Amino acid sequence: MSAILPLSVRGLTFRADGRALLDDVSFDVEPGGCVAIMGPNGAGKSLTLRLLHGLAAPSAGAVLWQGPRAAEARMHQAMVFQRPILLRRSAAANIDYALSVRGVAKAKRAERVAEALEQAGLAELRDRNARVLSGGERQLLALARASALNPEVLFLDEPTASLAPAAAKRVEQAIVAIHAAGTTIVMATHDLGQARRLADEILFLQDGRLVERAAASAFFAAPKSREAHAYLKGELL
Amino acid sequence: MREIAEGFAAALKMIARLDADLVQIVLLSVRVSLSAVILASLVALPLGAALAVFRFPGRRAVVVLVNALMGLPPVVVGLVVYLFLSRSGPLGFLGWLFTPAAMIAAQTVLVIPLIAAVARQSIAELWTEYEDELRSLGVGPLRTLATLIWDGRFALLTAVLAGFGRAAAEVGAVIMVGGNIAHVTRVMTTSIALETAKGELALAMGLGILLMAISLAVNIAAYAINEAARGRAAPEKA
Amino acid sequence: MTRPTIRFAAAILALTALALPAGAAERFITVASTTSTEQSGLFKHLLPVFEKKTGIEVRVVAVGTGQAIKLAEKGDADVLFVHHKPSEEKFVAEGWSIKRLPVMYNDFVVVGPAADPAKVKGMKDTAGAFKKIAAAKAPFASRADKSGTHLAELEFWKAAGVDAKTASGQWYKETGSGMGPTLNTAAGMDAYALADRGTWLSFTNRKSLEIAVEGDPKLFNQYGVMLVNKAKHPHVKDKDGQVFVDWLVSPEGQKAIAGYKINGQQLFFPNANQAGA
Repeated sequence: MSAILPLSVRGLTFRADGRALLDDVSFDVEPGGCVAIMGPNGAGKSLTLRLLHGLAAPSAGAVLWQGPRAAEARMHQAMVFQRPILLRRSAAANIDYALSVRGVAKAKRAERVAEALEQAGLAELRDRNARVLSGGERQLLALARASALNPEVLFLDEPTASLAPAAAKRVEQAIVAIHAAGTTIVMATHDLGQARRLADEILFLQDGRLVERAAASAFFAAPKSREAHAYLKGELL
Repeated sequence: MREIAEGFAAALKMIARLDADLVQIVLLSVRVSLSAVILASLVALPLGAALAVFRFPGRRAVVVLVNALMGLPPVVVGLVVYLFLSRSGPLGFLGWLFTPAAMIAAQTVLVIPLIAAVARQSIAELWTEYEDELRSLGVGPLRTLATLIWDGRFALLTAVLAGFGRAAAEVGAVIMVGGNIAHVTRVMTTSIALETAKGELALAMGLGILLMAISLAVNIAAYAINEAARGRAAPEKA
Repeated sequence: MTRPTIRFAAAILALTALALPAGAAERFITVASTTSTEQSGLFKHLLPVFEKKTGIEVRVVAVGTGQAIKLAEKGDADVLFVHHKPSEEKFVAEGWSIKRLPVMYNDFVVVGPAADPAKVKGMKDTAGAFKKIAAAKAPFASRADKSGTHLAELEFWKAAGVDAKTASGQWYKETGSGMGPTLNTAAGMDAYALADRGTWLSFTNRKSLEIAVEGDPKLFNQYGVMLVNKAKHPHVKDKDGQVFVDWLVSPEGQKAIAGYKINGQQLFFPNANQAGA
């Protein structure tokens, strides 16, 4: 059933200019979960996502996909960046392009494009150039594009960081739907409410180190580490 | 200075009369330079994109070389292409020397570095924007180049037009490999050189004004097509 | 590939096909000749007559004598038609052609500014005039391009006993370009220059220039024609080339040459039958 999961991260380290931006981080991701990577700015949240997705190479340690299709792990993943990157094409063409790259036959693409736009509530904007969409619409389109790929794992980097509340709500609903359909989600967020609503597991990072890893309910009820405790109380770290 | 005023008069007269010789010269000019720019673009756009995207040993050296070749004097390109196409040269068997094909070849070689260099610049900007997404999707190298060229096509038009400008304006290369043969390889710039040599300055000036007008027309047409296409691709937000 | 990409590629291909010239497979020969014959308008007068009679198109590449000989040596022309007898004889001696035929002559003139600072106007002795120009350090525009005209000019300096090269950049201006551009330069800086009469007569941008020296027998300028040797370059169109060479020296060709006039003045004097020309 599972193509690439579970994931074992062992001793993950990333150095730049002699400084460790990520230092000896180890954890596992099981299928079906929604993992939120939390922590203050500069903790290494985005970097962790990039390393897991294979966009950056670790200085030490390993990202080990354990499933049968691990050799082509990235083809079973998708990622939505904090500022979503949309091609200079129509909304529909953006999705069609991604499907075509992932080898979906032309005959099947039109249907899946329409479906993805419909689910995201963007059907009316299908022929609109992606670059003139609003911030919320862009984020929704990027999510629709990612989910159209039917990834086993979806990485989200601060999916609602700069959105107005109404738009953020639509985006969260879309994430819930994608998760409900069986996609494992790994997201970076510093929005406590969002993590509470969406995540079932929390990885708390600070200064590149994994300080705490806990079930979401336990984490929010009683964080074990002093750092997480301070973070949840809204103190500056 | 009198010649400039007379040049305008001569240009108007030429356009009004539109004699067969002039039409032939103008058409050949446009045909040669247009062909050269299209052929050059087929090489230079992927080359420019590849230089923007791929990291390989010696890449910097290639970029510097391409930039330097932009300034190559047309007459040097003409000389090199002549030596290749001469009956005594490696490509002499083609029989291209002193034909429009030779002129197209020379201008193609001439403008490839320019188009590639300008294309590299604008593709590099687009690549900065697209890199994460294309790598995330797992787009292969060839598809990456095609995507960047297609999505950057409006910006790349500038590179292509710059190439057309250089091709249409140069005289050194075409006169060398074309021979400025009347009715066969005589184009606007070689005609201007010839009329200047004959001391027919007003006539030469007139041809020069005509050449500028054609260049202007090509640029306006390209701009209009660009605007129309851009408008279709990105309609105003309703 | 996406549909727009395919459409785009198809459009490019169609454009290329449109823009590429169709290969002309007509019957033609290539003649390497000098700027003086082209710029004087002689070919424009001569070639239509020949083409109408024989159906052979003549494509003239008009460059300096030096470059014309080089083109012929490399096999890039079928016929060489130039005006510098020593070079032509060397061309034949080296086997690039079997035979040189004299065709016609025109004459050189020394032109100079109306003010005539070297006081050479009306002289009949070119070498003497050159000596006076050098003595007066009056500006002189030389083609300096190894053309037939330039080589002739060098011989006059030699006869005058003047090493003009040493004054290069001072009163001796080496333009390194064709007859027309050199006349443009001379007109622009009130300099003397050696020119072939044909180019001079059809040259309109004279400013204050006028003829200073003419009529010296040494100013005669002989043209010769040579078919490039097929043994050296097998692709040479020797049959059609020979037809052109034969026509030039035939009574009909010679008559056509004599018939070319600018403002009623004959420019070229046929002399194919003159021994030793």
